[in-house]
Amino acid sequence: MKYILLMSGTRAGVEGYHAWPKQDIEAHMAVLHGINKDLTESGEFVATQGLAEPKEAKVVRGEKNGVPVTDGIFPESKEFLLGYWIVDVANAERAYAIAGRISAASVNMPIEVRQFASHEAKSR
Amino acid sequence: MKYILMMNGKKSDFEGYARWSKEALQANVAFMRTFSKELKDAGVFVSTEGLGWPSEAKVVRAGKDGEPITDGVFPESKEFLAGYWIIDVESPDQAYKIAARASQAPGAGGKAANMPIEVRPVLCGHADLGL
Amino acid sequence: MADHPNDAPLEHLLRELAPQVLGAVARRFHDFAAAEDAVQEAMIAAFTQWPREGVPENPRGWLIQVACRRMTDQIRSDIARRDRETTVAAETETLTPLSEIEADMDPDDTLILLFMCCHPALTPSSAIALTLRAVGGLTTAEIANAFLVPEATMAQRISRAKQTIKTSGAPFRLPSSQERTGQLPAVLHVLYLIFSEGYSSSIGSRLQRFDLAREAIRLTRNAKTLLPDNAEIAGLLALMLLTDARRAARTGPDEEIIPLDKQDRSLWDRAEISEGIELLTAALAHGSVGLYQLQAAIAAVHDEAKQAEETDWPQILALYELLKQVSPGPMVTLNHAIAAAMVHGPAKGLELLRTLDSDPRVAGHYRLDAVRAHLLEKTGDHQAAIKHYRIAAARTTSIPERNYLMTQAARLAVD
Repeated sequence: MKYILLMSGTRAGVEGYHAWPKQDIEAHMAVLHGINKDLTESGEFVATQGLAEPKEAKVVRGEKNGVPVTDGIFPESKEFLLGYWIVDVANAERAYAIAGRISAASVNMPIEVRQFASHEAKSR
Repeated sequence: MKYILMMNGKKSDFEGYARWSKEALQANVAFMRTFSKELKDAGVFVSTEGLGWPSEAKVVRAGKDGEPITDGVFPESKEFLAGYWIIDVESPDQAYKIAARASQAPGAGGKAANMPIEVRPVLCGHADLGL
Repeated sequence: MADHPNDAPLEHLLRELAPQVLGAVARRFHDFAAAEDAVQEAMIAAFTQWPREGVPENPRGWLIQVACRRMTDQIRSDIARRDRETTVAAETETLTPLSEIEADMDPDDTLILLFMCCHPALTPSSAIALTLRAVGGLTTAEIANAFLVPEATMAQRISRAKQTIKTSGAPFRLPSSQERTGQLPAVLHVLYLIFSEGYSSSIGSRLQRFDLAREAIRLTRNAKTLLPDNAEIAGLLALMLLTDARRAARTGPDEEIIPLDKQDRSLWDRAEISEGIELLTAALAHGSVGLYQLQAAIAAVHDEAKQAEETDWPQILALYELLKQVSPGPMVTLNHAIAAAMVHGPAKGLELLRTLDSDPRVAGHYRLDAVRAHLLEKTGDHQAAIKHYRIAAARTTSIPERNYLMTQAARLAVD
């Protein structure tokens, strides 16, 4: 069963992350790297991606005269997706366990767990 | 460059979607199928997924003993990721053009809904050579 | 590089033969796009059959025959489809003897393919994909894997690229000497992009990662064999070797970036450095000095220093001053500013950066803030450096770069 584990944060939260002490940044990177390695070994890893900072985010609504209408303004409270993991696991509990590990490695940030709805178009 | 195009919605948006007419639903599904095919034909398609509904969503934090603590309670205002496309294109403008097309997916009334599509660059895993 | 080590020599053989076979078939049938498909199928057949039946005595001839047969079958079925209502015999000319085809072959065929695949009408990603397929002999799956897109997407990208070439009406012949001079920069640029852009993330890769840097070096080497008197190809090859030489020292155990001045130089590949310097020396002796030769010369100065402190920065600065004239641009200006700072002090470097503040090509580019932060740190203005490291971290689209920049800011924040 495929699940996506979402890590999100507000703009303020992201700025806070940028100000972490050096040891915390390095420890965080190392632990996440270790989690990815373990997941690859267990065969549960499907994908992981990081997204560019919320400052680069745009919202597009339709087109005017053939040109997309873009906007970069979001409410302060908006939670931006920062990155995700896609895992292929035996059951929901396993997905939660992995999410828990990621959370523990990331100052106990909440990690949202969602199952994939459809079997359309795999990214392989 | 890889971009992610995201469709978000509040719980109420999902509930509204569940009440669409059969025709509106079919039109939307047909559009999505055509849209994916367009991306594939253009050689820019990387992946697309639809996500399970907010009622199935869980939030997880690590507990004191490392065991995960799960919770299914979210504020009414929370925006949930409904689905996404990842595309590989030559420029941000190309990504916005494609997002504009996605935004034209027909809505409850069967006409282009002009949904907001959030566009974000996907980070790559390699370093710049600085050449 | 292969999934199964004992396939490696077979893969190597097939890749070397691929452009030769394609050249022969494309020339015979005057249809590059269809020939490319036919050759792909012949390669797949070879890859399946040869391990079982042994490599044929004339492997190239085998591939040509299989590809030609495929082409003829395709033509016959096209004609049959078109002439369904008539009783016109669908007997096309009998298969041309292999000896005739081989006699027509030209060592320049690979060069023709290279120019064709780097046609100006193609986007960079299309040119890269087509070059890797037609000239590199890589399979679609290998190219897709290297660029982290689905195989079907890469197949479509290549198919569209071939269509663009067909529409452009480019003939299968070697460009004239004058045309080559005009078109060569595009070819070199594509090879350069393959080298610098084609790293796939190793995070969770299930398939063996295809080493595009090595592939770029191989293709550039082959191009140099075909155009031995061209100093810029030699310069590009030297640049690739001198850069690739540092690969083992460039990243740490957690994929973190290790900057040049902190790298363990004992991990640098001395053989690649020697070869790069040898090539560069020979190229520079030709007299004309181009973009790639200059970049290679700069890389050579770095690679020759036993320790970071011994780097001949005045030499590098002089080379950047030349590069600014030969190939001006914001990235060159950034690197020039760093070199100027090393020779004349960070204030000088910051002064040079200011010229970029109003340059739309680089506005919002993470490197501008990254370099600024680095120079501000050197002046002792830590608060400003931290600010710009963080701005750069927010702007980069590379995970290792972001981590590096954040770590730099964090390091200063503590002091």
